Amino acid sequence: MSWEVVIGLEIHAQLATHSKIFSSAPTAYGAAPNTQANVVDLGFPGVLPVLNEEAVRLAVMFGLAIDADITRHSVFARKNYFYPDLPKGYQISQLDLPIVAGGQVVIEGDSGEPKVVELTRAHLEEDAGKSLHENFQNLSGIDLNRAGTPLLEIVSEPQLSSAAEAARYMRTIHELVRYIGISDGNMQEGSFRCDANVSIRRPGEPLGTRAEIKNLNSFRFIERASNYEVERQADILEAGGEVVQETRLYDADADETRAMRSKEEANDYRYFPDPDLLPVVLSDEYVESVRASLPELPAARRERFMATLDVRAEDATVLTSQRALADFFEACASSVSPQLAANWITGTLLGALNKAALEVARSPVAAPEFAGLLQRIEDKTISGNLAKKVFEAMWAGEGSADEIIEAQGLKQITASAAIGKIVADVLAASPEQVQQFRDGKEKVIGYLVGQVMQASRGKANPGQVNSLLREKLQND
Amino acid sequence: MTALHDLTLTEMRAGLVSGEYTSRDLVTTSLDRIAGMDGALNSFVTVQADAALEAADAADRKIADGSAGPLTGLPIAHKDIFCTEGVRTTCGSRMLENFVPPYSATAVCQLADAGAVLIGKTNMDEFAMGSSNETSYFGDVHNPWRHSLSPGGSSGGSAAAVAARLVGAATGTDTGGSIRQPAALTGLTGLKPTYGRISRYGMIAFASSLDQAGTLTRSAEDAALMLGVMSGFDPADSTSVDRSVDDYQSALDHPISGLRIGVVEEFMGEGLDDANRECVERALQALAEQGAQIKRISLRNIGLSVPTYYVVAPAECSSNLSRFDGIRFGHRVADPVDLQDLYTRSRAEGFGAEVKRRIMTGTYVLSAGYYDAYYLKAQKVRRLISADFQQAFAEVDLIAGPTTPTPAFALGEKTDDPITMYLNDIYTIGANLAGLPAMSVPCGLVDGLPVGLQLIAPPFEEARMLHCAHQYQQVSDWHRLCPEGYA
Repeated sequence: MSWEVVIGLEIHAQLATHSKIFSSAPTAYGAAPNTQANVVDLGFPGVLPVLNEEAVRLAVMFGLAIDADITRHSVFARKNYFYPDLPKGYQISQLDLPIVAGGQVVIEGDSGEPKVVELTRAHLEEDAGKSLHENFQNLSGIDLNRAGTPLLEIVSEPQLSSAAEAARYMRTIHELVRYIGISDGNMQEGSFRCDANVSIRRPGEPLGTRAEIKNLNSFRFIERASNYEVERQADILEAGGEVVQETRLYDADADETRAMRSKEEANDYRYFPDPDLLPVVLSDEYVESVRASLPELPAARRERFMATLDVRAEDATVLTSQRALADFFEACASSVSPQLAANWITGTLLGALNKAALEVARSPVAAPEFAGLLQRIEDKTISGNLAKKVFEAMWAGEGSADEIIEAQGLKQITASAAIGKIVADVLAASPEQVQQFRDGKEKVIGYLVGQVMQASRGKANPGQVNSLLREKLQND
Repeated sequence: MTALHDLTLTEMRAGLVSGEYTSRDLVTTSLDRIAGMDGALNSFVTVQADAALEAADAADRKIADGSAGPLTGLPIAHKDIFCTEGVRTTCGSRMLENFVPPYSATAVCQLADAGAVLIGKTNMDEFAMGSSNETSYFGDVHNPWRHSLSPGGSSGGSAAAVAARLVGAATGTDTGGSIRQPAALTGLTGLKPTYGRISRYGMIAFASSLDQAGTLTRSAEDAALMLGVMSGFDPADSTSVDRSVDDYQSALDHPISGLRIGVVEEFMGEGLDDANRECVERALQALAEQGAQIKRISLRNIGLSVPTYYVVAPAECSSNLSRFDGIRFGHRVADPVDLQDLYTRSRAEGFGAEVKRRIMTGTYVLSAGYYDAYYLKAQKVRRLISADFQQAFAEVDLIAGPTTPTPAFALGEKTDDPITMYLNDIYTIGANLAGLPAMSVPCGLVDGLPVGLQLIAPPFEEARMLHCAHQYQQVSDWHRLCPEGYA
C-alpha cells in the first residue's frame, strides 16, 4: 500500500522596508558585519522597540492578496531563548493574535488541475543575526546586521501532497510577494526561505509524526529535501520503526537531511505579550486604503488575459508570474495582436533575459521598443526569422526596430515579380527535388523554400515563397 | 538665612536667579557634603565632580545672560538605572560594573536640557529588585535618619542622598513602590506618575509594564518642577502616552475645599503599625480641616496585589534580563570553555541572589504548563484590581492611605525572609498594577523616624495629587524635618 505525503510550509519573507521592524537602522544587504545595527538591534540595556508602520502595511497587503482576515487587534509576543546571535535573548514575534489569519492561494496540483492551498496565518517578526563559524580559530563570529530585519512568516496548512507541490506552492508565494512588491524575494540573500514540516501516512489514517526541515532557500532544495525526507520516513515505518518528532537540516551537498535537535531538546519559548509594544490596532478605513493600493492580482489578471485578450492559458500563467512582465505584455498588447505579443515575450524576450540573468525591469529592450518590433512583424515588413535578428541588434543597443531594418536593408521582399525570378532560378537549379515533389514527396518543399530564402538573403516572406513554389510546381 | 544645602530646589532656583549665590556654590556644597558624609551613607555609586563643576560654570553663564531653563544650575542625582552617555551605569549590579552607555535615557536628556547639573549616580537595589537597598552589588545604603536602618528601596540611594541634603533632588524608578517606600522611610516627597507619562527609553527595564520613572524631592512643589520637565510623549517609547503635559506648578495653589479623598479600608487595618496609622489619620484630619471630604472606600481585590505583582514582575524581568548574556556587553566570565559555560558562569557571577530568585520565579510562571495558572491568572487579577480603582474614582477624586506598614527597619532584619520583605510594598503595588499616579508625602514621626501618607490619583491627574500634597505641606512641616547630623 502506498504512502500519502503531507507537507506544510513556514515561509519567511523579508519585507521590503528601508529600516528595521523595531529600529531606524537600515536593512541594506551586504554591508560590513555589525555596521547596520544600532543599540536597539544590539539589545542594549534600557532601549525600546518602536514598530515600523511600513512593515505592518506590507503584511496587510499580503493578507488582502490571499483573501485572509486582517486581525484588527494583533499582538506582539516575546519568544524567549538564548542564542549568541539573538541579542535580547528573545525574538519579538506574534503568537496568539497574528496580523493575518487564514487565506488561500491556488497552485497547480499534481493532477495538473488547480489546487486551493489554505494558509493558517502570516505573522510579523524580527530576524535574528548570523553566527559565522569560519575563520575565527575555534571561536564564532556574530554579525548582527540582520538582527531586527522585518519578516513575514507565512504558514500553510498541511495540505501539500508531494515535494513537487511543496515547491510549486513556494514558487506561487514567491511570485505573489514579489508581484505585490512586499519582498524582493532574493533567495541568495536569505530574503525568502522556508521550513518544511513533512510527514507520511497511510491513506485515511491520522497525520503521522512530522519532521521539520529548517532553512531551505531554493525551490530545488525544498523538493529534494522533502523527497529525501519522505523516503527516510517510509524506510523507518516499513522497517517497523517510529518517526521521531525533530528538527532536521538539509545538507545540499550530500542531498540528505540530518537531525538537528529532538522534541525533548526543544526550547520552551515561554511566549508572553511584549509589554514594550502596544497592540497593533487597525481601522476599517486603514485596511480599505491598503486594499485600494493593491495592484490587480496575478490570478485575476491571468483570467483577464485569457478572457478578454484570448491569450493561451500557459502563456497567461507565465506572463502573470511577475508584475513587470505582465505590465510589459499589456504595453505591447495595446498596439499589436495579444497572442503575437505573448509568443514573442514568453519566447524571445524571456529567453534573452534568462540568458543574461536580467529582471524584466532591467531589459535593454523596453516595452514600447519591443512593440515597435512586433508591429513590423504584424505588418509583414519583416519575417519572424529576421525579426529575431533585429531583436538581437536592438538588445545590443543598435537602435529601434525601424532604424535597424532600414540600416541593414532587411525589408521583406513582397513584390511577386522579384521573388518570382528567384523562385524560377531555384526550381531550375533543383531538378531532382522538383521531381521528388511531383512524385508526391511534398516535404521537399521545405528545402526549396530554404533555397529561395537563402538566395533572397532572408528578405523574402517564407509564406509567400511557399505558395509561389506550389503554384509553379503544380502548374508547370 | 537657610544653609545652601538645606534649600529646596524651588528655593535654590529663586536664589540663583536673584544672584544670591551661584550654581558653583551649590554644586561645591553638594560635592563637599558627599565627600564628607557619603562614606557613612553609601548613597552614590559614581560622583562626577569635574563634570558637575564644569556644568555649574556653564549654568552660571546662562543665568547671567538670561538664557536659563527651569532647572539651570540645580544639583541633582540620577538613580543608576538611567543610562547616561559616557557615564558608567551599573543598575546596582556586578553585571554592569563597567558598563558605559553610548546614549542617555530620555528623562536624563530632558533634565539636562532644562539645565539640571548631574552630580552623580545613586546606589540602588540590583536591577531595582529589592525594598531595602541591600541587594546592591555596591553595598547597603544607610538611612540618614539612623545609620543602622535601611533607607528602603529600590531607589534607596536617591532617597538617602536627598534626605541627607547631598543633592537638591534625585530621580528614581518605581515598579512596586521603589520611589514611594524609600521616600516614606527617609522623610521625602516621592512621586511616581501615571504609567506612560515619563519615557522609559534608556531606563534599564525591570518589569516593563510596571516600571515608571519619578522623583524624590524635599517638597511637592519641587516634585511639580521636576515632573513638568520629565513628562511628555517620547516617540522612542511606544508605551509613553501622547497627551499634553499639565502645568503642575500653577495648579499647586488652588484650595482643596471640596476635594473628595477616599481612605482605603483595606490599608488601615491589620498589618499597619498603630503609630503609623495615627500619623496617617492626623494627616487626613488636617486635610479635612482644609475643606477636603474624607470618605472610607474599599478596594475589594487589593489584597491580591502582592501575589499578582510577584508573578507579573518576575515574568517580565526573566525576559528583560536575558540580554545580559556576556556576549555584547556586561560581565563576561574569564576563559569560558564553551557557549553554555559562558552563559551560565557569566550570569551566575554577574547577578546577585535576589535577581536570580526573580529570574527563576519568572521563568517558572511563564513555562509551558504553568503559564495559564500563574501568568494569565495574574493578568486577570490585575484587571480586577484596576477595575476596583476605576470604580472608586467614580466617587472620590483621590485615594489616600499609608505608604508603608512601619517606619524604616534595620539593615539585615528582613534579608533572610523574602516574603516579609515583599510585604513592605503591600500598599504601594496596587498603583503600579493599575498604572496610576501615586506619591508619598511625609506625615509624621514614629519613634523619631519618618512615615508617609500615600496619595493615589486617577490616570494623568498628577496635578490634582500634587496640589493636595502641596496644600498639606502648607499646614505641616514634616517635610521640613532634617535627619540629625545633616542639618
